[in-house]
Amino acid sequence: MEKIATRNAYGKALVELGKVNENIVVLDADLAKSTKTIDFKKSFPARFFDMGIAEQNLMGTAAGFAAAGKIPFASTFAIFATGRAFEQIRNSIAYPRLNVKIAATHAGLTVGEDGASHQAVLDLALMRAMPNMTVFVPADATEAAKMTLAAAEIEGPVYLRLGRSNVPVLYAEDYSFVPGKASVLRQGKDVAILACGIMVAEALAAAEELEKEGISARVLNISTLKPLDTEAILKAARETKALVTAEEHSIIGGLGSAVAEVLAENEPTPLVRVGVKDTFGESGKAPELLEKYGLTAGHIKAAVLTLT
Amino acid sequence: MSDNVEFGELRRISGQIRRDIITMLAEANSGHPGGSLSAVEILTALYFQEMKIDPANPSWPARDRFILSKGHGAPVLYATLAAKGFFPREELLTLRKINSRLQGHPDMKKVPGVEMSTGSLGQGLSAAVGMALAGRLDNRDYRVFVLLGDGEVQEGQVWEAAMAAAHYRLDRVIAFLDHNGLQIDGKTTEVMSPEPLDEKFKAFGWHVEKINGHSFREIFAALDKADEVKDKPTMIIAETVKGKGVSFMENQVEWHGSTPNEEQVKQALAELEQEVL
Repeated sequence: MEKIATRNAYGKALVELGKVNENIVVLDADLAKSTKTIDFKKSFPARFFDMGIAEQNLMGTAAGFAAAGKIPFASTFAIFATGRAFEQIRNSIAYPRLNVKIAATHAGLTVGEDGASHQAVLDLALMRAMPNMTVFVPADATEAAKMTLAAAEIEGPVYLRLGRSNVPVLYAEDYSFVPGKASVLRQGKDVAILACGIMVAEALAAAEELEKEGISARVLNISTLKPLDTEAILKAARETKALVTAEEHSIIGGLGSAVAEVLAENEPTPLVRVGVKDTFGESGKAPELLEKYGLTAGHIKAAVLTLT
Repeated sequence: MSDNVEFGELRRISGQIRRDIITMLAEANSGHPGGSLSAVEILTALYFQEMKIDPANPSWPARDRFILSKGHGAPVLYATLAAKGFFPREELLTLRKINSRLQGHPDMKKVPGVEMSTGSLGQGLSAAVGMALAGRLDNRDYRVFVLLGDGEVQEGQVWEAAMAAAHYRLDRVIAFLDHNGLQIDGKTTEVMSPEPLDEKFKAFGWHVEKINGHSFREIFAALDKADEVKDKPTMIIAETVKGKGVSFMENQVEWHGSTPNEEQVKQALAELEQEVL
Protein backbone atom coordinates (compact mmCIF):
# COMPACT_ATOMS: atom_id res chain seq x y z
CA MET A 1 0.00 0.00 0.00
CA GLU A 2 1.30 3.43 -0.93
CA LYS A 3 2.33 5.61 2.01
CA ILE A 4 2.33 9.42 2.05
CA ALA A 5 2.49 11.85 4.99
CA THR A 6 -0.58 14.04 5.41
CA ARG A 7 1.67 17.12 5.64
CA ASN A 8 2.93 16.42 2.12
CA ALA A 9 -0.63 16.30 0.80
CA TYR A 10 -1.36 19.56 2.61
CA GLY A 11 1.63 21.29 0.98
CA LYS A 12 0.54 20.25 -2.49
CA ALA A 13 -3.11 21.13 -1.90
CA LEU A 14 -2.12 24.60 -0.69
CA VAL A 15 -0.47 25.24 -4.06
CA GLU A 16 -3.66 24.17 -5.85
CA LEU A 17 -5.65 26.50 -3.62
CA GLY A 18 -3.24 29.33 -4.29
CA LYS A 19 -3.77 28.97 -8.02
CA VAL A 20 -7.54 29.35 -7.86
CA ASN A 21 -7.94 31.74 -4.93
CA GLU A 22 -5.74 34.80 -4.72
CA ASN A 23 -6.99 35.58 -1.22
CA ILE A 24 -5.08 32.61 0.17
CA VAL A 25 -2.01 33.66 2.15
CA VAL A 26 0.28 31.32 4.06
CA LEU A 27 2.18 32.05 7.25
CA ASP A 28 4.77 29.87 8.89
CA ALA A 29 7.09 30.07 11.90
CA ASP A 30 10.47 28.97 10.58
CA LEU A 31 9.28 25.46 9.74
CA ALA A 32 8.27 25.79 6.10
CA LYS A 33 10.40 22.86 5.01
CA SER A 34 8.86 20.64 7.65
CA THR A 35 5.25 21.78 7.43
CA LYS A 36 5.54 21.70 3.61
CA THR A 37 4.33 25.27 3.19
CA ILE A 38 7.62 25.62 1.30
CA ASP A 39 5.73 24.41 -1.80
CA PHE A 40 3.40 27.42 -1.58
CA LYS A 41 6.33 29.73 -0.84
CA LYS A 42 8.02 28.65 -4.07
CA SER A 43 4.86 29.08 -6.14
CA PHE A 44 3.56 32.29 -4.57
CA PRO A 45 6.42 34.07 -2.78
CA ALA A 46 4.49 37.33 -2.43
CA ARG A 47 1.72 35.57 -0.51
CA PHE A 48 3.99 33.66 1.85
CA PHE A 49 5.09 35.18 5.15
CA ASP A 50 7.68 33.69 7.45
CA MET A 51 6.99 35.06 10.92
CA GLY A 52 10.08 33.56 12.51
CA ILE A 53 10.08 31.57 15.72
CA ALA A 54 7.25 33.59 17.20
CA GLU A 55 4.04 31.59 17.25
CA GLN A 56 1.97 34.05 19.24
CA ASN A 57 2.59 36.71 16.62
CA LEU A 58 2.04 34.11 13.89
CA MET A 59 -1.54 33.61 15.05
CA GLY A 60 -2.15 37.29 15.75
CA THR A 61 -0.87 38.29 12.33
CA ALA A 62 -3.07 35.63 10.72
CA ALA A 63 -6.02 37.17 12.58
CA GLY A 64 -5.14 40.58 11.12
CA PHE A 65 -4.97 39.13 7.62
CA ALA A 66 -8.39 37.56 8.08
CA ALA A 67 -9.85 40.80 9.44
CA ALA A 68 -8.66 42.45 6.20
CA GLY A 69 -10.41 39.84 4.02
CA LYS A 70 -7.64 37.32 3.37
CA ILE A 71 -7.82 33.57 4.00
CA PRO A 72 -4.65 32.86 5.98
CA PHE A 73 -3.31 29.36 6.54
CA ALA A 74 -1.02 29.48 9.58
CA SER A 75 1.29 26.52 9.93
CA THR A 76 3.70 25.29 12.55
CA PHE A 77 4.04 22.14 14.64
CA ALA A 78 0.85 21.19 16.48
CA ILE A 79 2.57 21.48 19.85
CA PHE A 80 3.38 25.16 19.29
CA ALA A 81 0.21 26.09 17.42
CA THR A 82 -2.15 24.84 20.09
CA GLY A 83 0.10 25.19 23.11
CA ARG A 84 2.35 28.22 22.75
CA ALA A 85 -0.28 30.22 20.90
CA PHE A 86 -3.40 28.83 22.57
CA GLU A 87 -4.55 32.10 23.96
CA GLN A 88 -3.96 33.96 20.70
CA ILE A 89 -6.09 31.36 18.95
CA ARG A 90 -8.75 31.82 21.59
CA ASN A 91 -8.93 35.60 21.79
CA SER A 92 -7.68 36.83 18.42
CA ILE A 93 -9.11 34.09 16.18
CA ALA A 94 -11.88 31.95 17.66
CA TYR A 95 -13.68 34.58 19.76
CA PRO A 96 -14.09 36.99 16.81
CA ARG A 97 -14.63 33.96 14.54
CA LEU A 98 -11.98 35.10 12.09
CA ASN A 99 -11.36 33.13 8.93
CA VAL A 100 -8.01 31.63 9.94
CA LYS A 101 -6.97 28.09 9.05
CA ILE A 102 -4.57 26.58 11.56
CA ALA A 103 -2.80 23.76 9.73
CA ALA A 104 -0.66 22.08 12.35
CA THR A 105 1.80 19.37 11.44
CA HIS A 106 3.86 16.87 13.44
CA ALA A 107 0.88 16.05 15.63
CA GLY A 108 0.85 13.04 17.93
CA LEU A 109 3.53 10.60 19.03
CA THR A 110 4.66 9.85 15.48
CA VAL A 111 6.76 13.02 15.43
CA GLY A 112 9.08 10.38 16.82
CA GLU A 113 12.67 11.04 17.80
CA ASP A 114 12.15 14.67 18.89
CA GLY A 115 10.43 13.28 21.95
CA ALA A 116 7.77 14.40 24.40
CA SER A 117 8.53 18.13 24.16
CA HIS A 118 7.38 18.02 20.52
CA GLN A 119 4.63 15.41 20.68
CA ALA A 120 1.21 17.06 20.62
CA VAL A 121 -1.21 14.67 22.33
CA LEU A 122 -3.51 17.30 23.83
CA ASP A 123 -4.16 19.47 20.78
CA LEU A 124 -7.50 17.92 19.89
CA ALA A 125 -8.76 18.44 23.44
CA LEU A 126 -7.74 22.10 23.30
CA MET A 127 -9.19 22.80 19.86
CA ARG A 128 -12.35 20.74 20.37
CA ALA A 129 -13.23 22.73 23.48
CA MET A 130 -12.88 25.98 21.54
CA PRO A 131 -16.14 27.65 20.50
CA ASN A 132 -16.41 28.49 16.76
CA MET A 133 -13.62 26.04 15.85
CA THR A 134 -13.99 23.32 13.22
CA VAL A 135 -11.61 20.40 13.81
CA PHE A 136 -10.39 18.14 11.00
CA VAL A 137 -8.20 15.05 11.42
CA PRO A 138 -7.37 13.41 8.09
CA ALA A 139 -6.85 9.65 7.95
CA ASP A 140 -4.62 9.76 4.90
CA ALA A 141 -3.08 11.97 2.23
CA THR A 142 -6.17 11.95 0.02
CA GLU A 143 -8.36 13.16 2.84
CA ALA A 144 -5.76 15.73 3.96
CA ALA A 145 -5.78 17.29 0.50
CA LYS A 146 -9.56 17.41 0.34
CA MET A 147 -9.76 18.87 3.84
CA THR A 148 -7.31 21.61 2.90
CA LEU A 149 -9.61 22.64 0.05
CA ALA A 150 -12.71 22.28 2.24
CA ALA A 151 -11.17 24.42 4.99
CA ALA A 152 -10.85 27.34 2.59
CA GLU A 153 -14.57 27.10 1.82
CA ILE A 154 -15.59 27.28 5.48
CA GLU A 155 -16.19 30.79 6.82
CA GLY A 156 -14.46 30.73 10.20
CA PRO A 157 -11.56 29.14 12.05
CA VAL A 158 -10.49 25.59 11.21
CA TYR A 159 -7.93 23.38 12.92
CA LEU A 160 -6.36 20.86 10.54
CA ARG A 161 -4.28 18.17 12.27
CA LEU A 162 -1.47 16.78 10.15
CA GLY A 163 1.25 14.23 10.74
CA ARG A 164 4.94 13.88 10.05
CA SER A 165 5.15 10.18 9.18
CA ASN A 166 4.16 8.42 6.01
CA VAL A 167 0.81 6.71 6.38
CA PRO A 168 -1.12 4.31 4.10
CA VAL A 169 -3.34 5.86 1.45
CA LEU A 170 -6.84 4.61 2.23
CA TYR A 171 -9.01 6.67 -0.05
CA ALA A 172 -9.12 6.82 -3.83
CA GLU A 173 -9.08 10.18 -5.58
CA ASP A 174 -12.85 10.08 -6.08
CA TYR A 175 -13.46 10.11 -2.29
CA SER A 176 -15.81 12.88 -1.42
CA PHE A 177 -15.02 14.47 1.95
CA VAL A 178 -18.00 16.16 3.57
CA PRO A 179 -17.21 18.30 6.62
CA GLY A 180 -19.04 17.01 9.68
CA LYS A 181 -19.69 13.56 8.20
CA ALA A 182 -18.07 10.33 9.32
CA SER A 183 -17.36 7.74 6.67
CA VAL A 184 -17.86 4.01 7.05
CA LEU A 185 -14.80 2.20 5.70
CA ARG A 186 -15.88 -1.30 6.64
CA GLN A 187 -19.25 -2.75 7.50
CA GLY A 188 -19.69 -4.93 10.58
CA LYS A 189 -22.33 -5.91 13.09
CA ASP A 190 -20.70 -7.01 16.34
CA VAL A 191 -18.64 -3.99 17.27
CA ALA A 192 -17.77 -0.59 15.80
CA ILE A 193 -14.28 0.91 15.83
CA LEU A 194 -14.38 4.70 15.64
CA ALA A 195 -11.01 6.08 14.70
CA CYS A 196 -9.35 9.24 13.46
CA GLY A 197 -6.03 10.15 11.88
CA ILE A 198 -3.40 7.45 11.53
CA MET A 199 -5.44 5.12 13.74
CA VAL A 200 -7.97 4.57 10.96
CA ALA A 201 -5.52 2.34 9.10
CA GLU A 202 -4.79 0.50 12.36
CA ALA A 203 -8.52 0.05 12.93
CA LEU A 204 -8.94 -1.48 9.47
CA ALA A 205 -6.06 -3.88 10.17
CA ALA A 206 -7.62 -4.79 13.51
CA ALA A 207 -10.95 -5.48 11.81
CA GLU A 208 -9.20 -7.86 9.39
CA GLU A 209 -7.73 -9.79 12.30
CA LEU A 210 -11.01 -9.87 14.17
CA GLU A 211 -12.77 -11.25 11.10
CA LYS A 212 -10.50 -14.30 11.31
CA GLU A 213 -11.80 -14.88 14.82
CA GLY A 214 -15.38 -14.57 13.73
CA ILE A 215 -15.95 -11.03 14.99
CA SER A 216 -17.53 -8.62 12.56
CA ALA A 217 -16.16 -5.13 13.19
CA ARG A 218 -17.43 -1.96 11.57
CA VAL A 219 -14.86 0.79 11.03
CA LEU A 220 -15.75 4.49 10.96
CA ASN A 221 -13.41 7.34 10.17
CA ILE A 222 -14.45 10.24 12.41
CA SER A 223 -12.39 12.75 10.49
CA THR A 224 -14.35 15.80 11.56
CA LEU A 225 -14.01 15.92 15.32
CA LYS A 226 -16.07 19.09 15.46
CA PRO A 227 -18.86 19.38 14.53
CA LEU A 228 -19.17 15.73 15.50
CA ASP A 229 -21.31 13.36 13.42
CA THR A 230 -23.44 12.25 16.37
CA GLU A 231 -25.93 10.56 14.07
CA ALA A 232 -23.29 8.19 12.68
CA ILE A 233 -21.98 7.46 16.17
CA LEU A 234 -25.43 6.67 17.55
CA LYS A 235 -26.26 4.53 14.53
CA ALA A 236 -23.09 2.52 15.11
CA ALA A 237 -23.94 2.19 18.81
CA ARG A 238 -27.49 0.98 18.13
CA GLU A 239 -26.50 -1.46 15.41
CA THR A 240 -23.44 -3.02 17.03
CA LYS A 241 -23.85 -2.60 20.80
CA ALA A 242 -20.16 -2.05 21.63
CA LEU A 243 -17.70 0.63 20.57
CA VAL A 244 -13.96 1.17 20.59
CA THR A 245 -12.38 4.54 19.84
CA ALA A 246 -8.82 4.88 18.56
CA GLU A 247 -6.79 8.08 18.34
CA GLU A 248 -3.18 9.22 18.40
CA HIS A 249 -4.01 11.58 21.25
CA SER A 250 -4.71 11.51 24.95
CA ILE A 251 -7.81 9.53 25.89
CA ILE A 252 -8.77 12.71 27.76
CA GLY A 253 -10.52 15.32 25.66
CA GLY A 254 -10.18 13.94 22.14
CA LEU A 255 -12.20 11.50 20.05
CA GLY A 256 -12.71 9.01 22.89
CA SER A 257 -14.09 11.70 25.15
CA ALA A 258 -16.28 13.13 22.40
CA VAL A 259 -17.81 9.72 21.68
CA ALA A 260 -18.25 8.97 25.40
CA GLU A 261 -20.16 12.24 25.82
CA VAL A 262 -22.52 11.41 22.99
CA LEU A 263 -23.11 7.86 24.21
CA ALA A 264 -23.62 8.81 27.85
CA GLU A 265 -26.32 11.32 27.01
CA ASN A 266 -28.08 9.43 24.24
CA GLU A 267 -27.32 5.74 24.05
CA PRO A 268 -25.30 4.29 26.93
CA THR A 269 -23.12 1.68 25.27
CA PRO A 270 -20.03 -0.27 26.37
CA LEU A 271 -16.97 1.68 25.22
CA VAL A 272 -13.19 1.27 25.37
CA ARG A 273 -10.92 4.18 24.44
CA VAL A 274 -7.62 3.38 22.76
CA GLY A 275 -5.24 6.32 22.97
CA VAL A 276 -2.41 7.83 24.97
CA LYS A 277 -3.15 7.03 28.59
CA ASP A 278 -2.77 10.41 30.27
CA THR A 279 0.98 10.50 29.87
CA PHE A 280 3.71 12.24 27.87
CA GLY A 281 5.61 10.38 25.16
CA GLU A 282 9.35 9.99 24.62
CA SER A 283 11.95 9.71 21.85
CA GLY A 284 11.86 6.75 19.53
CA LYS A 285 10.89 5.64 16.05
CA ALA A 286 7.23 6.17 15.22
CA PRO A 287 6.34 2.44 15.06
CA GLU A 288 8.18 1.81 18.33
CA LEU A 289 6.23 4.59 20.03
CA LEU A 290 2.90 3.36 18.71
CA GLU A 291 3.71 -0.09 20.06
CA LYS A 292 4.92 1.12 23.45
CA TYR A 293 2.02 3.52 24.01
CA GLY A 294 -0.68 1.10 22.92
CA LEU A 295 -1.66 2.53 19.56
CA THR A 296 -1.55 -0.40 17.13
CA ALA A 297 -4.02 -2.71 15.42
CA GLY A 298 -3.13 -5.28 18.05
CA HIS A 299 -4.14 -2.94 20.86
CA ILE A 300 -7.39 -2.12 19.12
CA LYS A 301 -8.10 -5.81 18.66
CA ALA A 302 -7.39 -6.46 22.32
CA ALA A 303 -9.76 -3.64 23.28
CA VAL A 304 -12.49 -5.15 21.11
CA LEU A 305 -11.99 -8.56 22.70
CA THR A 306 -12.67 -7.11 26.15
CA LEU A 307 -16.12 -6.12 24.88
CA THR A 308 -17.18 -9.23 22.94
CA MET B 1 -2.07 80.18 20.00
CA SER B 2 -2.79 77.73 22.77
CA ASP B 3 -3.66 74.13 21.97
CA ASN B 4 -7.17 74.69 23.33
CA VAL B 5 -7.82 77.66 21.09
CA GLU B 6 -6.16 76.25 17.99
CA PHE B 7 -8.04 72.96 18.36
CA GLY B 8 -11.21 74.32 19.95
CA GLU B 9 -13.58 71.94 18.19
CA LEU B 10 -11.48 68.88 19.02
CA ARG B 11 -11.24 70.10 22.62
CA ARG B 12 -15.03 70.39 22.76
CA ILE B 13 -15.32 66.81 21.49
CA SER B 14 -12.68 65.45 23.85
CA GLY B 15 -14.56 67.10 26.72
CA GLN B 16 -17.74 65.30 25.72
CA ILE B 17 -15.86 62.00 25.39
CA ARG B 18 -14.41 62.40 28.90
CA ARG B 19 -17.81 63.14 30.37
CA ASP B 20 -19.30 60.16 28.53
CA ILE B 21 -16.54 57.92 29.90
CA ILE B 22 -17.40 58.97 33.46
CA THR B 23 -21.13 58.63 32.91
CA MET B 24 -20.98 55.21 31.27
CA LEU B 25 -18.55 53.80 33.84
CA ALA B 26 -20.71 55.08 36.70
CA GLU B 27 -23.77 53.47 35.11
CA ALA B 28 -21.90 50.21 34.55
CA ASN B 29 -20.43 50.36 38.04
CA SER B 30 -17.37 48.58 36.71
CA GLY B 31 -14.63 49.24 34.19
CA HIS B 32 -11.43 51.19 33.71
CA PRO B 33 -11.49 55.00 33.93
CA GLY B 34 -7.79 55.81 34.36
CA GLY B 35 -6.44 54.40 31.13
CA SER B 36 -9.51 55.57 29.21
CA LEU B 37 -9.09 59.20 30.28
CA SER B 38 -5.36 59.19 29.47
CA ALA B 39 -6.01 58.34 25.81
CA VAL B 40 -8.86 60.76 24.99
CA GLU B 41 -6.86 63.25 22.92
CA ILE B 42 -5.19 60.47 20.93
CA LEU B 43 -8.51 58.91 19.91
CA THR B 44 -10.14 62.30 19.32
CA ALA B 45 -7.29 63.35 17.04
CA LEU B 46 -7.42 60.08 15.10
CA TYR B 47 -11.19 59.75 14.68
CA PHE B 48 -12.07 63.43 14.18
CA GLN B 49 -9.22 64.56 11.98
CA GLU B 50 -6.59 62.04 11.02
CA MET B 51 -8.24 58.82 9.92
CA LYS B 52 -9.99 58.17 6.64
CA ILE B 53 -13.16 56.54 7.89
CA ASP B 54 -16.87 56.59 7.13
CA PRO B 55 -19.21 55.83 10.04
CA ALA B 56 -21.98 55.07 7.52
CA ASN B 57 -19.77 52.44 5.90
CA PRO B 58 -17.65 50.93 8.67
CA SER B 59 -16.26 48.12 6.51
CA TRP B 60 -15.17 50.33 3.60
CA PRO B 61 -12.10 48.40 2.38
CA ALA B 62 -9.83 51.42 1.92
CA ARG B 63 -10.46 52.86 5.39
CA ASP B 64 -7.76 53.51 7.94
CA ARG B 65 -7.92 51.09 10.87
CA PHE B 66 -7.58 51.65 14.60
CA ILE B 67 -6.87 48.81 17.03
CA LEU B 68 -7.26 49.36 20.74
CA SER B 69 -4.65 46.86 21.85
CA LYS B 70 -5.15 47.92 25.48
CA GLY B 71 -8.71 46.64 25.29
CA HIS B 72 -9.61 47.66 28.84
CA GLY B 73 -9.70 51.20 27.46
CA ALA B 74 -13.01 50.20 25.84
CA PRO B 75 -14.88 53.21 27.31
CA VAL B 76 -12.75 55.75 25.42
CA LEU B 77 -13.17 53.76 22.21
CA TYR B 78 -16.95 53.43 22.62
CA ALA B 79 -17.40 57.08 23.57
CA THR B 80 -15.33 58.14 20.55
CA LEU B 81 -17.16 55.83 18.13
CA ALA B 82 -20.52 57.05 19.42
CA ALA B 83 -19.45 60.68 19.12
CA LYS B 84 -18.39 59.96 15.55
CA GLY B 85 -21.75 58.39 14.76
CA PHE B 86 -20.92 54.69 14.52
CA PHE B 87 -23.79 53.93 16.93
CA PRO B 88 -26.21 55.93 19.09
CA ARG B 89 -24.68 57.76 22.02
CA GLU B 90 -27.49 56.59 24.35
CA GLU B 91 -26.18 53.07 23.93
CA LEU B 92 -23.10 53.98 25.97
CA LEU B 93 -25.24 53.49 29.07
CA THR B 94 -25.49 49.76 28.28
CA LEU B 95 -21.74 49.25 28.80
CA ARG B 96 -20.96 45.90 30.44
CA LYS B 97 -24.64 45.04 30.86
CA ILE B 98 -26.22 41.77 29.84
CA ASN B 99 -27.24 41.63 26.15
CA SER B 100 -25.34 44.83 25.33
CA ARG B 101 -23.11 45.14 22.29
CA LEU B 102 -20.71 47.10 24.46
CA GLN B 103 -18.79 44.30 26.09
CA GLY B 104 -16.31 45.02 28.89
CA HIS B 105 -13.61 44.64 26.27
CA PRO B 106 -14.22 45.43 22.57
CA ASP B 107 -15.90 42.81 20.37
CA MET B 108 -15.35 43.48 16.64
CA LYS B 109 -18.28 41.29 15.67
CA LYS B 110 -20.73 43.27 17.78
CA VAL B 111 -19.78 46.93 17.50
CA PRO B 112 -19.55 48.88 14.23
CA GLY B 113 -16.17 50.57 14.00
CA VAL B 114 -14.34 48.16 16.29
CA GLU B 115 -11.62 46.68 14.08
CA MET B 116 -10.29 43.96 16.38
CA SER B 117 -11.51 42.10 19.43
CA THR B 118 -9.05 42.85 22.20
CA GLY B 119 -8.81 42.65 25.95
CA SER B 120 -6.15 40.05 26.49
CA LEU B 121 -3.12 42.33 26.46
CA GLY B 122 -0.37 42.18 23.88
CA GLN B 123 -2.35 40.97 20.87
CA GLY B 124 -3.32 44.14 18.97
CA LEU B 125 0.00 44.92 17.32
CA SER B 126 0.12 41.46 15.74
CA ALA B 127 -3.28 42.04 14.17
CA ALA B 128 -2.03 45.37 12.86
CA VAL B 129 0.90 43.59 11.20
CA GLY B 130 -1.52 41.24 9.42
CA MET B 131 -3.81 44.08 8.32
CA ALA B 132 -0.91 46.14 7.02
CA LEU B 133 0.55 43.19 5.09
CA ALA B 134 -2.89 42.52 3.60
CA GLY B 135 -3.17 46.18 2.60
CA ARG B 136 0.18 45.97 0.85
CA LEU B 137 -0.91 42.85 -1.07
CA ASP B 138 -4.09 44.64 -2.14
CA ASN B 139 -2.20 47.77 -3.19
CA ARG B 140 -4.12 49.86 -0.72
CA ASP B 141 -2.36 52.53 1.27
CA TYR B 142 -4.55 52.52 4.34
CA ARG B 143 -2.87 53.03 7.67
CA VAL B 144 -3.26 50.86 10.75
CA PHE B 145 -3.16 52.75 14.03
CA VAL B 146 -2.68 50.95 17.32
CA LEU B 147 -2.91 52.08 20.92
CA LEU B 148 -0.75 50.18 23.38
CA GLY B 149 -0.48 50.58 27.14
CA ASP B 150 2.86 51.04 28.85
CA GLY B 151 2.09 48.12 31.16
CA GLU B 152 0.91 46.09 28.18
CA VAL B 153 4.35 46.13 26.56
CA GLN B 154 5.49 43.78 29.30
CA GLU B 155 3.80 41.08 27.19
CA GLY B 156 6.33 39.22 25.02
CA GLN B 157 4.03 39.07 22.02
CA VAL B 158 4.30 42.85 21.65
CA TRP B 159 8.00 42.43 20.89
CA GLU B 160 7.40 39.57 18.49
CA ALA B 161 5.03 41.87 16.61
CA ALA B 162 7.42 44.83 16.86
CA MET B 163 10.13 42.69 15.27
CA ALA B 164 7.78 41.60 12.48
CA ALA B 165 6.53 45.13 11.73
CA ALA B 166 10.11 46.34 11.28
CA HIS B 167 11.17 43.21 9.37
CA TYR B 168 8.38 43.70 6.86
CA ARG B 169 9.06 47.47 6.72
CA LEU B 170 5.47 48.32 7.61
CA ASP B 171 5.46 52.11 7.45
CA ARG B 172 1.66 52.03 7.42
CA VAL B 173 1.67 50.79 11.02
CA ILE B 174 1.58 53.75 13.37
CA ALA B 175 1.33 52.93 17.05
CA PHE B 176 0.75 55.10 20.08
CA LEU B 177 2.06 54.13 23.48
CA ASP B 178 -0.11 55.53 26.25
CA HIS B 179 2.76 56.28 28.61
CA ASN B 180 0.89 57.06 31.81
CA GLY B 181 3.38 55.25 34.00
CA LEU B 182 0.89 53.21 36.01
CA GLN B 183 -0.45 49.67 35.98
CA ILE B 184 -2.67 47.73 38.39
CA ASP B 185 0.01 46.92 40.95
CA GLY B 186 1.68 50.34 40.88
CA LYS B 187 4.21 52.30 38.85
CA THR B 188 5.37 50.42 35.74
CA THR B 189 8.96 51.16 36.67
CA GLU B 190 8.43 49.45 40.02
CA VAL B 191 6.27 46.51 38.91
CA MET B 192 8.41 45.48 35.90
CA SER B 193 10.14 48.32 34.20
CA PRO B 194 9.66 48.44 30.44
CA GLU B 195 12.05 51.41 30.15
CA PRO B 196 13.76 52.81 28.21
CA LEU B 197 10.90 52.43 25.76
CA ASP B 198 12.19 54.83 23.11
CA GLU B 199 15.54 53.04 22.89
CA LYS B 200 13.88 49.63 22.86
CA PHE B 201 11.62 50.45 19.92
CA LYS B 202 14.49 52.17 18.09
CA ALA B 203 16.59 49.06 18.59
CA PHE B 204 13.72 47.01 17.15
CA GLY B 205 13.89 49.11 13.99
CA TRP B 206 11.07 51.56 14.61
CA HIS B 207 10.90 55.29 14.07
CA VAL B 208 10.12 56.80 17.47
CA GLU B 209 8.47 60.11 18.38
CA LYS B 210 8.00 61.36 21.94
CA ILE B 211 5.17 63.79 22.61
CA ASN B 212 2.78 65.19 25.17
CA GLY B 213 -0.20 62.91 24.59
CA HIS B 214 -2.71 65.55 25.64
CA SER B 215 -1.53 68.15 23.12
CA PHE B 216 -3.36 68.00 19.80
CA ARG B 217 -0.62 70.04 18.20
CA GLU B 218 2.04 67.52 19.23
CA ILE B 219 -0.11 64.54 18.25
CA PHE B 220 -0.63 65.91 14.73
CA ALA B 221 3.01 66.92 14.39
CA ALA B 222 4.04 63.35 15.27
CA LEU B 223 1.50 61.93 12.81
CA ASP B 224 2.84 64.19 10.07
CA LYS B 225 6.35 62.92 10.74
CA ALA B 226 5.11 59.33 10.74
CA ASP B 227 3.65 59.86 7.29
CA GLU B 228 7.05 60.99 6.00
CA VAL B 229 8.85 57.94 7.39
CA LYS B 230 9.39 55.26 4.77
CA ASP B 231 10.06 51.57 5.34
CA LYS B 232 9.73 51.76 9.12
CA PRO B 233 6.79 51.52 11.50
CA THR B 234 6.35 54.47 13.85
CA MET B 235 5.92 54.38 17.62
CA ILE B 236 4.59 57.59 19.13
CA ILE B 237 5.36 57.51 22.82
CA ALA B 238 2.71 59.76 24.29
CA GLU B 239 3.39 61.09 27.77
CA THR B 240 0.01 61.03 29.43
CA VAL B 241 -1.64 61.36 32.80
CA LYS B 242 -3.71 58.42 33.95
CA GLY B 243 -7.17 59.71 34.90
CA LYS B 244 -6.53 62.97 32.99
CA GLY B 245 -9.12 65.67 33.58
CA VAL B 246 -10.53 64.45 36.89
CA SER B 247 -8.46 65.84 39.74
CA PHE B 248 -8.94 63.01 42.18
CA MET B 249 -8.23 60.35 39.54
CA GLU B 250 -5.10 61.86 38.03
CA ASN B 251 -2.00 59.74 38.61
CA GLN B 252 -3.86 57.59 41.14
CA VAL B 253 -3.32 53.89 40.52
CA GLU B 254 -6.55 53.09 42.42
CA TRP B 255 -8.51 54.52 39.50
CA HIS B 256 -7.18 51.94 37.04
CA GLY B 257 -10.18 49.71 37.51
CA SER B 258 -12.63 51.26 39.95
CA THR B 259 -15.63 53.46 39.25
CA PRO B 260 -16.86 56.69 40.86
CA ASN B 261 -19.80 56.90 43.25
CA GLU B 262 -22.61 59.44 42.83
CA GLU B 263 -20.80 62.22 44.63
CA GLN B 264 -17.57 61.60 42.72
CA VAL B 265 -19.44 61.55 39.40
CA LYS B 266 -20.87 65.01 40.18
CA GLN B 267 -17.45 66.38 40.97
CA ALA B 268 -15.84 64.73 37.94
CA LEU B 269 -18.47 66.06 35.54
CA ALA B 270 -18.24 69.52 37.08
CA GLU B 271 -14.49 69.54 36.61
CA LEU B 272 -14.83 68.29 33.06
CA GLU B 273 -17.36 71.03 32.27
CA GLN B 274 -14.58 73.54 32.96
CA GLU B 275 -12.56 71.74 30.32
CA VAL B 276 -9.32 73.58 30.79
CA LEU B 277 -6.74 70.87 30.59
